[in-house]
Amino acid sequence: MQNGLEHSTAMQELPVSQQPEVDYVRVRFAGDSGDGIQMTGTRLAESAARFGNDIATFPDFPADIRAPSGTIYGVSAYSLNIGHTEVDTFGDETDALVALNPAALRKYLEGVKQNGLLIIDMDAFTERAIAKAGFSGNPLEDGSLTSFRVLPLEITSNTEKALKETGLSAKDARRCKNMWTLGLVLWLFERSTADVEHWIEQKFHKKPEVAKANIMALQAGHLYGEVADLPPDVSRYRIQPAPLMEGEYRSINGNEGMAYGLYAGATLANLELFYGSYPITPASPLLHTVAKLKELGAISFQAEDEIAAICAAIGASYAGHLGVTGSSGPGIALKTEAIGLAIMTELPLVIVNVQRGGPSTGLPTKTEQSDLFQAIWGRNGDAPLPVIAPAHPGECFDMGVEAAKLATKHMTPLMVLTDGYIANASAPWKLPDFSDPAYEPFPVEQVKDPNGFLPYDHDPETMARPWAVPGTAELMHRIGGLEKQAGSGNISYDGENHQLMTQIRAQKLEAIAKSIPPQHVESGKTTGKLALLGWGSSWGPIRVAARRAELEGKSVSHIHLRHLWPLPPNLEELLSGFDRVIIPEMNNGQLATVLRSQMDIPVESVSCVKGRPFLVREIAKIIDDALGA
Amino acid sequence: MTDLKPKDFASSLDVRWCPGCGDYAVLKSLHKMLADTGAKLEDTLCVSGIGCSSRLPYYMATYGFHTIHGRAPAIASGAKLANPELDVWVFTGDGDGLSIGGNHLLHALRRNLDMQIVLFNNQIYGLTKGQYSPTSQKGVRTPSSPGGTVEMPLNPARFAIGAGSKFIARSIDTQAKVLGPILEAARAFDGTAFVEVLQNCVIFNDGVFDHLKDKKQGPDHTIVVEHGQPMVFGVNKDKGIRAKAGGFGLEVVSLEEGGCTEADLLVHDETNHALAVALAELGEKGGEPTVLGILFREPATEFGAASRVGLPEKPLSMNEKLTRLSATLRAAETWDVGEDAA
Repeated sequence: MQNGLEHSTAMQELPVSQQPEVDYVRVRFAGDSGDGIQMTGTRLAESAARFGNDIATFPDFPADIRAPSGTIYGVSAYSLNIGHTEVDTFGDETDALVALNPAALRKYLEGVKQNGLLIIDMDAFTERAIAKAGFSGNPLEDGSLTSFRVLPLEITSNTEKALKETGLSAKDARRCKNMWTLGLVLWLFERSTADVEHWIEQKFHKKPEVAKANIMALQAGHLYGEVADLPPDVSRYRIQPAPLMEGEYRSINGNEGMAYGLYAGATLANLELFYGSYPITPASPLLHTVAKLKELGAISFQAEDEIAAICAAIGASYAGHLGVTGSSGPGIALKTEAIGLAIMTELPLVIVNVQRGGPSTGLPTKTEQSDLFQAIWGRNGDAPLPVIAPAHPGECFDMGVEAAKLATKHMTPLMVLTDGYIANASAPWKLPDFSDPAYEPFPVEQVKDPNGFLPYDHDPETMARPWAVPGTAELMHRIGGLEKQAGSGNISYDGENHQLMTQIRAQKLEAIAKSIPPQHVESGKTTGKLALLGWGSSWGPIRVAARRAELEGKSVSHIHLRHLWPLPPNLEELLSGFDRVIIPEMNNGQLATVLRSQMDIPVESVSCVKGRPFLVREIAKIIDDALGA
Repeated sequence: MTDLKPKDFASSLDVRWCPGCGDYAVLKSLHKMLADTGAKLEDTLCVSGIGCSSRLPYYMATYGFHTIHGRAPAIASGAKLANPELDVWVFTGDGDGLSIGGNHLLHALRRNLDMQIVLFNNQIYGLTKGQYSPTSQKGVRTPSSPGGTVEMPLNPARFAIGAGSKFIARSIDTQAKVLGPILEAARAFDGTAFVEVLQNCVIFNDGVFDHLKDKKQGPDHTIVVEHGQPMVFGVNKDKGIRAKAGGFGLEVVSLEEGGCTEADLLVHDETNHALAVALAELGEKGGEPTVLGILFREPATEFGAASRVGLPEKPLSMNEKLTRLSATLRAAETWDVGEDAA
């Protein structure tokens, strides 16, 4: 079956990243929350992507909006991996750290590799700031940085100096230090500043004096690299473009991709998109993105709470739109009862869970994939719900389409699990061509004919019930959360009927299992000594580690689940071809537990719940431990 | 097409409220009003939550959605936003609407989306067998308050005013002459119309409104206000309401000889917000009448129309949508990879 999903998984294989600073470079910007770090990182990412590099990014910012300056917990960082080979993670280590204050240095020094490059704003290293960061002495002077290449620069005063003629206040001038830094880093990568200048002009077209100052700072940083007498051990990076598949590209993060994909999915189903949501980290950008699609006919509704958000989406689905709601774990918990209603009323509905660390409020800005149990099993009654999960940002668009397709074809609510990492990380993305058979429309047929109409009469193949929309003459009927009489849909408290309806709801998932693509192997052979089984955003590190190990001649394959519930029917057979199956996941072993309940395969679990994706070396260690180094 | 009769609005299901329940009377008034105003079955959508009153959609031959506890206003909002042509009704109760669903009711009233919310207030939890509700009178003894409640009851009309509701009316379940026109006016109102129905629960709270409903004495305890009419009430039309001299508030005065005359009385102005607050509260103290009728009605921006500004005027074709999506995706920086690309 050709569908949008297969389109994205059939991505061109790029060479495996092996040599840091040759194949790829990992840069991390870090500074105060107010230093413009995210913008700086994003600009470098865009610029590298435009150059043709493969990129993987990891924005890491505090939950506080403006944490007190100079504190460790107020540090905001943006990590970026730039490669001419395939880069699927932001990198285990940092090749170059840009630290705009002592707290940033303190927080991220540990991740810098031996002999890595430290670009430091000396001006920020005042006695007070050093103490606030928790250093006992000035690290620039006490010899504690001898195992790194240190480039201490007067970034703040250089920026002020560069903008002296503009008449900007010193405070406003200082705000441009991120652009000065970006200019220097662009020089370091042998890139011009033209793209960024163009972006600044557009971004600040209403404030030409701000645009001018930023561009001047950017150029000054770039020029500094050119003319300053830098130490001989500071060499520039020469990362060639990656041999990406031909086509038109942009960079996209998971939240954007998902929002656009859901719109595309609703469109291909010939429906209008209704997105009901309540603001929550890290899912809010879904709402922001859909809100901007109003001219395209998408309706977004910011509800009074999570429950109203999903209920409005259910109401919209009942009235004939594709209802969608998005949230993160705590919000999904609130939506639970309404998900049950959507299951009982068999209405199409997409629920996106952008997972974050839990339980409870947990770690709002940190990533985790620990809502799998909640997705599959977290409701009262026997309440089957299909669950799918994209593996990386570039796959979110097609997963949005897939979600719309399954929900409308089978008349069911469905949950999509992404996470904070996928949501915020960006990657180059080949723009979709809607004439491609992968995007063949799947128009929904809403019932119009009253002849033989029974609201709970199920299609034997898809197990969908007819969708009769209010406003349609002669099809008036009543639905609700009480058990339905099979066929008529009237209230029924009859035990035999409840048994039948419970079975019908289960059969809906069986029907979906038959229509999803069979599980394939991501990399490696279809049988062997070791299979690493992943889902969601553990894709990147598993892929890199597995492909490197395979190059070393190890028998390791990577299998990645996109359809988590129901499971692909051939999964057990596929897994049985491996001596060992290990599941690295960012939770305490949830997929492993699910699989143990479903198949007779002795799966092993490796857990990482540190608020970040697995590191490649952590996966490599799993492989080494299993197969010997 | 033949005109529909009240019975045409009744579904084929047997009505299963307790014999004597006030809900029957409301259902009957609703059927009649819909028939009288030429409503269409297919364009009418009844949404409800959980509770005795929320069974109402099953007894309508229209489209109906019996949802989950307290959430009917949210589900109705989604349906109405998706299809503005629908005539959307929400049926809820004092527990469903004011306790578990208080937040949704608050925001629905504040937004002013074109729909009707009919709240059956029987001051008790009926379907769960008689616990006190947020509108139960202070001191009432129930299975969950064997020593009598110590909570202050909530006044639904006052809640609605606080939420910013633009249409607030109150009626008694069995007074079809008052309820019918209110339902009709609610349906005609371009915004969220809130209708409180004082409804008798024969099983768990029988008779709480008897003093208001009593055919003989009731008129001494209620006043039906009408826009532009002086506020006269009483069995003998011998009482009235006037503004308190030298301060805020209302007071009941006698129109008997030697007392006030009609000229001293307030004339109901349904657009007067401060008056609506005072009218909503009237009846909480002895000697005051409970106010029925349309307490407040003020045209205001309707949420649905306002929120549709910016949407395409007509639904776009699939091709047009995909074309616009392609353009939106390319509004970001794009670049080409290929033989010709750098």
